Amino acid sequence: MVLTNTADVAIPELAGYQRRLLIAGGGGALVSLAGLFMDPAQFLQSYLMAYMLWLGVTLGCLALGMVHQLSGGGWGVVIRRPIGAATRVLPVMTILFLPIAFGVFRLYSWTNLDLIAQDEALRHKQLYLNTPFFLARAAFYFLVWNALTYFLNAWSLEQDTTADPRLARRMQKLSAVGLLFYGLTITFASFDWLMSLEPHWFSTIYGVLVMGGQGLSALAVMIVVLVWLSRRAPLDKIVVPAHFHDLGNLMLAFVMLWAYFSFSQYLIIWAGNLPEEIGWYLHRLQTGWRAVGVALILFHFVVPFLLLLSRAMKREPRTIIVIACGILLARLVDLFWLIAPEFHQHGVSVSWLDAVLTLSLGAIWFGCFVWQLRGRAILPLHDPGFDEALGRIIEKADKATRPSPAHEI
Amino acid sequence: MKTSPAVYGLIAEFEDPTSLVTAAHRARHEGYRRMDAYSPFPIEELHEALGAHPTRLPLIVLIGGLCGCVGGYALQYWASAIAYPINVAGKPLHSWPAFIPVTFECTILVAALSAVLGMLALNGLPMPYHPVFNVPRFALASRNRFFLCIEAGDSKFDLEETRRFLETLNPREVTTVSD
Repeated sequence: MVLTNTADVAIPELAGYQRRLLIAGGGGALVSLAGLFMDPAQFLQSYLMAYMLWLGVTLGCLALGMVHQLSGGGWGVVIRRPIGAATRVLPVMTILFLPIAFGVFRLYSWTNLDLIAQDEALRHKQLYLNTPFFLARAAFYFLVWNALTYFLNAWSLEQDTTADPRLARRMQKLSAVGLLFYGLTITFASFDWLMSLEPHWFSTIYGVLVMGGQGLSALAVMIVVLVWLSRRAPLDKIVVPAHFHDLGNLMLAFVMLWAYFSFSQYLIIWAGNLPEEIGWYLHRLQTGWRAVGVALILFHFVVPFLLLLSRAMKREPRTIIVIACGILLARLVDLFWLIAPEFHQHGVSVSWLDAVLTLSLGAIWFGCFVWQLRGRAILPLHDPGFDEALGRIIEKADKATRPSPAHEI
Repeated sequence: MKTSPAVYGLIAEFEDPTSLVTAAHRARHEGYRRMDAYSPFPIEELHEALGAHPTRLPLIVLIGGLCGCVGGYALQYWASAIAYPINVAGKPLHSWPAFIPVTFECTILVAALSAVLGMLALNGLPMPYHPVFNVPRFALASRNRFFLCIEAGDSKFDLEETRRFLETLNPREVTTVSD
């Protein structure tokens, strides 16, 4: 059967896309190097934003994959292989963390010893916020994420060849532990890499806010990928509107989750009205940044929320892909809102590096993603949920030559 | 209509869900519109096979949700700004961020209640009597049998003709449902 072929054989144009994306990404990276010499501080700020977006897609896919191992469901079976390929971009993302590791002294004000000497709060925080510990923590996070990625992908590949049912159980167990580790590492990674940009400020909900954002970015990218795959063989006979409906519902849930976390953070700080907490909002709400905040409320919540309520829009690939692209753009603006105001407290400042670095890292990410996608079959044929979730569709589509939603088990 | 008034319709019994979906497709293709299918568990394909039509339920839920939203906000505004204007932490009496959680909860509460009550109302529930229960084997619809009932109210319904049509769908048996 054609489904056992690797994606490379089934979709031959993937190789061309991989080459073009990697060339575009490499070219963009070279152009951005000019920015590194002209304005290293701006380069690092833009790089942090672009990096967090694409790292978020990678880790969001890792988390969604682990959630699906535990929950099952047809929505995850059709994107299992793209999710796996996305997680296998992680080694590349690990290497791409190096500019941040080298730029730590330019990005984070708590590395400035003169500043710490004058500031009692920062002196106490030094126990946690110091460069060696920061780098050691980063190494630990990447170790955990890479280990999870390695074992989940290796076992999934083994499942393809041996069809050993014990592997599914083993992946489930690792996913349960892995999700716990994901939650903890992302919380601390977001504190380290994003929240400590303003070292005095703290918010305990920040970790889940970033986590929800990562899940949303990952879903948006997976929807774009699935729409693209569903337009060509072999998935054109398998992916049905019900799959997009499920993914659209999940995306709606993540949009609401993000709004819930963001508003909770704001409400608590607004209600408490404590000097050490409100600073983060003051320079965001009293300058041109306020417009960015309002844009986020509208385009990260209100508009996608209203559009995703519509059943027809979720089921139609042509509309859901537009919503997913819009959400990905809103994710970028959200990261811009988290990072840039710390460096430009007096008003909005957009650099050409923001666009170039986001696009170049995106092209590199997609190039590596396509490269990883090519090596395996496009569907996990020996997944225990496969027959229930998809086998019925294939069987029926052959019989009645009509696609039918059969994702309920 | 060439049917006696005592007949509610004809019901065909199937042993598996696929036959039921195929039967519903065929019946719809044949021109039957007033029919219903009965199954022990939800079959998503049936919806489409029977000729899904949009319902008014989403509109009812939307109106309910908006009422809850406006009502919840208005209640808090009235309580905090008009009835009991107490200064809390120097914040304005009309402090909208504090009103959002309750407004949200009221929206969900009224929308959910409208969904449940609206669904019951649109389905004509509670319904103490329904003719299909006159068929003794219909009790199996909640166990392991699948039924398709073409109602006598359908303009194309003819006791003999429709029975012959249903027989072609390979049912276990076809029974006349008395009203």
